[in-house]
Amino acid sequence: MIKKTNLLQELDWTVVFIYIVLLLMGWLNIYAAVYDERHKSIFDISQRYGMQMLWIGLSILLAFVIITTDVKLFSFFAYVLYAASIGLLALVLVIGKEINGAKAWLAVGSFSLQPAEFAKIGTALALSKFLSQFNVKITDLRTLIPVTIILIIPIGLIALQPDAGSILVFTAFTFALFREGLPGIVLFFGFTMIILLFVSLIFPQINILIVLLILAFLFFAIFTKRYRETFLGLAIFGVSFGLMWLFNYFFHKGLNLYKLLAFSFFLAGMVYLIIGFFRRIPMLSTIVLFMFGAIVFTNSVDYVFHELMEPHQQKRVNILLGLESDPLGYGYNVNQSQIAIGSGGLVGKGFLQGTQTKFNFVPEQSTDFIFCTIGEEWGFAGSLVVIGLFIFLMYRIIVISERQRSTFSRIYGYCVASIFFFHFTINIGMTIGLLPVIGIPLPFFSYGGSSLWAFTIMLFILLRLDASRLELLK
Amino acid sequence: MNPFTERKYVIGAIYGIVGIIFLLRLFWMQVIDDSYKLSAENNSRRNVTQYPARGLILDRNGKLIVFNEAAYDLMVTPFQVQQFDTTELCNILEIPKSYLINTLDSARNYSRFKPSEVVKQMSAVTYARLQEKLYKFPGFYVQSRTLRKYNYKIASHVLGYVGEVDQKIIEKNPYYKPRDYIGTTGLERTYEEDLRGRKGVNILLVDVHNRVVGSYLNGKYDTTAVVGNDLTTSLDADLQQYAEYLMQKMHGSVVAIEPSTGEILVMASLPTYDPSLLVGRVRRKNIGTLLRDTIHKPMFDRAVMASYPPGSTFKLINGMIGLQEGTLKPEYTYGCARGYHYGNKVLGCHAHASPLNLYGGIQNSCNAYFCNVFRNILDNKDYPSLADAYNMWRYHVMSFGFGKKLGTDLPNELNGYIPDVAYYDRYHGKGRWKSLTVISLSIGQGELGITPLQMANMAATIANRGYYYTPHLVKGVKGKESIDPRFKEKHFTDIDTAYFTPIIEGMSMAVKAGTATVARMSDIEVCAKTGTAQNPHGEDHSIFIAFAPRNNPKIAISVYVENGGFGATWAGPVASLLIEKYLKDTVSRPYLEQHLLNFNRQYNP
Repeated sequence: MIKKTNLLQELDWTVVFIYIVLLLMGWLNIYAAVYDERHKSIFDISQRYGMQMLWIGLSILLAFVIITTDVKLFSFFAYVLYAASIGLLALVLVIGKEINGAKAWLAVGSFSLQPAEFAKIGTALALSKFLSQFNVKITDLRTLIPVTIILIIPIGLIALQPDAGSILVFTAFTFALFREGLPGIVLFFGFTMIILLFVSLIFPQINILIVLLILAFLFFAIFTKRYRETFLGLAIFGVSFGLMWLFNYFFHKGLNLYKLLAFSFFLAGMVYLIIGFFRRIPMLSTIVLFMFGAIVFTNSVDYVFHELMEPHQQKRVNILLGLESDPLGYGYNVNQSQIAIGSGGLVGKGFLQGTQTKFNFVPEQSTDFIFCTIGEEWGFAGSLVVIGLFIFLMYRIIVISERQRSTFSRIYGYCVASIFFFHFTINIGMTIGLLPVIGIPLPFFSYGGSSLWAFTIMLFILLRLDASRLELLK
Repeated sequence: MNPFTERKYVIGAIYGIVGIIFLLRLFWMQVIDDSYKLSAENNSRRNVTQYPARGLILDRNGKLIVFNEAAYDLMVTPFQVQQFDTTELCNILEIPKSYLINTLDSARNYSRFKPSEVVKQMSAVTYARLQEKLYKFPGFYVQSRTLRKYNYKIASHVLGYVGEVDQKIIEKNPYYKPRDYIGTTGLERTYEEDLRGRKGVNILLVDVHNRVVGSYLNGKYDTTAVVGNDLTTSLDADLQQYAEYLMQKMHGSVVAIEPSTGEILVMASLPTYDPSLLVGRVRRKNIGTLLRDTIHKPMFDRAVMASYPPGSTFKLINGMIGLQEGTLKPEYTYGCARGYHYGNKVLGCHAHASPLNLYGGIQNSCNAYFCNVFRNILDNKDYPSLADAYNMWRYHVMSFGFGKKLGTDLPNELNGYIPDVAYYDRYHGKGRWKSLTVISLSIGQGELGITPLQMANMAATIANRGYYYTPHLVKGVKGKESIDPRFKEKHFTDIDTAYFTPIIEGMSMAVKAGTATVARMSDIEVCAKTGTAQNPHGEDHSIFIAFAPRNNPKIAISVYVENGGFGATWAGPVASLLIEKYLKDTVSRPYLEQHLLNFNRQYNP
């Protein structure tokens, strides 16, 4: 038996309310960021706030359309929508417009569309659809391989643009997979990989290796409390290092300290694995294999960066990571953005009073660095509200996801929450100097139609699914 | 029940932790740490770009050709402007009040926060006067930069000029910002990246009274400007000057190359213009004037952009191809009865002894002889068809660097033109043309188009007996170990070295007792060839190519004098004097100089 529900009654108005509040706050901040006393009309579409007004209007329209759509269509057309978004990603590589070195934009008349934003929705739907099939177990290879393929196609296409920020956002899906039973260790390794990726670009290999070695021994000692074995392990490592050193010395191999350490660890690691296997020492093999993986991984990152990349690509990566500070480029931006936010104080300088943001003309002020305006003009109070709203929105989405009866809706909900989380984390983390500069928009705040629409569609599909959750029998 | 339900707490915790970290960080930045609050309302930052001096340009002997002088631009940032005494500012700057008001208006329209220029390139005197009073004019400041200055008024086309970047360049290359200078033509453009140096920026803190109160974060984000690298060209400034002096009344071009390196010693295009006309404030006006002169076309770089028929100089090429293909031996003789008769037509020739062998043919530049040579090449029975033979001929010709860009280090080089089979098929119909149809190619007439640079390169190739280095103008760039390796690469023609010998002997004989005696000097063995190219628009062009000394050549040269008539009359003396001056550093024949300075042609559009 299928219960017909009243859409208006079942719609999660809390989320709708947060959505509207965020939209309004976003628009006000864009207005402040590009404010110029000579252009006073808020509808002036030659100005960004005028355009954003238009995007917001169209977003609300989109939201209505989605809410009135038959709920079964989203699941039914999940693969089709996925394929369509992949098609757009491929298309943008062929006929895309290049802005700031990335071919990420499709020009439609005088507007530009960023297919990567929409690909997130398609991917979320396809992933949910696949994982919600009967009898799917995420730890099975039969499941993992198709899941990887679903994820790797859009990531690969975006990598060709290239757009580092969007690629990073795609890793958000691991959260949803984790909720569905992906072992926690994968999540852990995934994040370690990302950290290692950045770290190995920033610090010399040798430093990373030494830190990793120390961490590995400490980790083993603390979590297994087998101090004697730890000491023995250190001794084995010392011996193998000595052997390597002698080998190097007598055969004149000219190995540097890094290679000596790495090779010694491989040698010692083999011994650990054998001992660990026979004496059944917990965690040992995991740690050793992790270390092997980490060494190989940092080396490949190093190789790709130094050997395969062209100098201009290296420069871009360096600027992305804030290693190369072009005073008029990114390094300068981050610094400016931090001063803007920092000078906001407790309650801010007031709406349109942010001298720092306006007079100094930070590029990207209304897009990726919109949080500066919030921080400067609304102070810590404003930041608290914005961050609070986002966290609340994400919690609300988790609550919504958990109350779904269909697996499809639940997984989709987690995908949405994770994507919001990534955008939120990377964007704000960048403006307050905690994360490297990676240009991705802050949902509902950054100027731009593509991202606003994509987040609106993503969110309202979830609300639509949620509104009909009772139509399914448990 | 889903077994992983409790994982929602893990995910929720991660979200919460990130939120708390962000809030702690923000609380620290915004409430506790005061160091971010250094930017009070009264302070704002000003980026003052430090423009580096462009690299100098020197000649091959280290003589300074191009250097820099300081210039000062007055800038304004509209939002900082307050009430000020406009009359006083106008008096200091010596500008009308209306100009100031208009400029301020357009600056405000461009951007309130970005600086615009009010007066470009003030003199040092004006700058000194203004500097004392600048505090009275909030929002205004002075930016210093450098302008090009020229020691010699030579080689304007080669040096090129420096202009302001346009929007297209700014969009394409992020290095450039509005108002930056960039080499627009010539060497200034080719070696822009070496010459320009690197801009620096000083970030200053300025108070409401437009006074600099200090540097931003103690100069942490400042960068110093790096001066551009000096460019040593292969030009010989004195020789270049002499060439331009000799040809001052002519239209045409001189290119001289050092055969053993491919270095260009002289590259002149006449008429020329004073390079300092295109510097600074006067550039825009003067470019207009120069471009409007469609009779003399002074901006047109004839050395690489004019494509002329090569005239009789091309007989040398045909001779070598004949020798290479075996259809000609030096001892072959052909008669000449005042020209080459075919059907009821005749390709005329001047009076000389007959019959002649190859040496005599070159010496006397006999048209009939080379008509025979050329027909034998094209009607060679070793090739299945005329088209095949023609292709072979064209292939040989192009191995001398004709019909394609040589790849010298100047922008805008032309290809020149060597017609292909398709061209004649189109023109006459497939299979409906014969060797006689294209007979004018034998004496370098017809559809051939060759630039003076390619012509000089041909002289250098003959001087080298079979190879050339891509002619180039760079001899060295400061801070670089070597010039572009492609300039050190030998390009071989597909004519064997042995076949150059009889041709060179012919050229030597032409100088000793032939058509090119004007180039004869007692102590230097010059090898030369005259040319006279028919010109549908007026009198023939006078052409001369030469190299000297015969053994171990030091200089190869091509001279074109538009509408000059016989090659020996005008182009010959220019080449001869330049060779003498280059090799002996003196000029022993002032009468030749005088003869050239008396050149008098009425050039028509």
